[in-house]
Amino acid sequence: MTQSILTDIKKAAKKSLKAREDELANTQTQMEILNGELFADGELPYFKDKIAETGQFPLKPKTLEVLQINVGYMCNQVCGHCHVDAGPDRKEIMTRETMEQCLEVIRNTGAHTLDLTGGAPEMNPDFRWFVEEASKAGIQDFIVRSNLTIILANKKYHDLPQFFKKHNVHVVSSMPHYTRGKTDKQRGDGVFDKSIKALQMLNEVGYGMPNSDLKLDLVYNPSGAFLPADQAAMEHDFKKALKEDFDIDFHNLFAITNLPISRFLDYLIASDNYEDYMYSLVEAYNPTAVENVMCTNTISVSWDGWLYDCDFNQMLDLKVASKVKHIKDYNDDVLSNRDIIISQHCYGCTAGAGSSCQGSVA
Amino acid sequence: MAKSYYDPADLRKFGKITEWSEELGNKFFDYYGKVFEEGALSAREKSLIALAVSHVVKCPYCIDAYTKDGLQRGITKEEMMEAVHAGAAIESGATLVHGVQMMNKYDKLSM
Repeated sequence: MTQSILTDIKKAAKKSLKAREDELANTQTQMEILNGELFADGELPYFKDKIAETGQFPLKPKTLEVLQINVGYMCNQVCGHCHVDAGPDRKEIMTRETMEQCLEVIRNTGAHTLDLTGGAPEMNPDFRWFVEEASKAGIQDFIVRSNLTIILANKKYHDLPQFFKKHNVHVVSSMPHYTRGKTDKQRGDGVFDKSIKALQMLNEVGYGMPNSDLKLDLVYNPSGAFLPADQAAMEHDFKKALKEDFDIDFHNLFAITNLPISRFLDYLIASDNYEDYMYSLVEAYNPTAVENVMCTNTISVSWDGWLYDCDFNQMLDLKVASKVKHIKDYNDDVLSNRDIIISQHCYGCTAGAGSSCQGSVA
Repeated sequence: MAKSYYDPADLRKFGKITEWSEELGNKFFDYYGKVFEEGALSAREKSLIALAVSHVVKCPYCIDAYTKDGLQRGITKEEMMEAVHAGAAIESGATLVHGVQMMNKYDKLSM
């Protein structure tokens, strides 16, 4: 990659693709690329043909376990790999009315995990109200995906660790590497130092400490066009480095593969890595991972209440293939009969040990 | 035929060598896979050794493969460069130690 392309990407990375009016902000364009000549010419197999080899097409849902709610695309960061194309310029935010509809489902669903994501979910003005109400529903595992830096972004967020503790929220935070250089390159200058400080603040109130019930897990995304290595080995390296260098404790590390959509797709194309990356994903295809891929036990809800098989399908605007498409009409029985919508981006969740919002699956 | 000897896309075709000699090809890949498993040395340590050797044998395919492998394992660029220097030091040492042979010969031939 030439230095000028790198500089262009870095400059552009201060705004979302949508704000830049980049053609890749259009989900149709992304789908055309994912269905493009690399697969159409038979060089690589379509995902549906690949899973058909082991009789796994069409992909069907199992028992619903996780309700993942995206409360808005607004974020204080503009990460280079973000599949949401989130950023400060994104105004899509879940309203309290839609939250009420979600709460109705949370109270009645058999799902044991509620997973709030964004953007930075904390930036939704009704975030705290929603957490307070949702925590009353008695969900077994209540996750908030926090980017860490939000805790330091503004005075009004400084007490988030105490707020999370009060509601026994399970904090899952992104941390691309235990070194400053790699973290800041993916997530922006200064992100590493702020993330470290935020982790220390979470540790101070008891999060992530050995034997603590206050769960603090980290998410590792590769900072570039390569796949994550063995999750357990990465966790070992992260634990050792963060403890030795910053006296930070955390529970588990989830290794998540970057899917070739949105800003990561933009990066892959701009850096001339798209073809190699798709080859890597297809070569690492693991049929065992397909059995446990997260869309089989998850429903993803967008800021405006639409339902998707996963957060990635949400960003590609591929709504569930079901009569029930919106949270206001939610019905477990109808949804459980749907076929899961797949395309070539799905290879990201079936590579190697597999990938989900909870890390490896195989 | 390609106009250059090395095409990065050829690395993906490495497995095809078994097509012209299945038995030997499979034996090689079984051996190769086994070598890089966790053992007395970690897979991470072996990856760094492989990266150093890749440079010493000047194999562009191997350099591409083990740079990517190192990134995947979270190996830092500082660790990678130190590994390359370790390989380079041995390689230059191997050249320089022959200087002793030169000195021996020089002395033997000289009055």
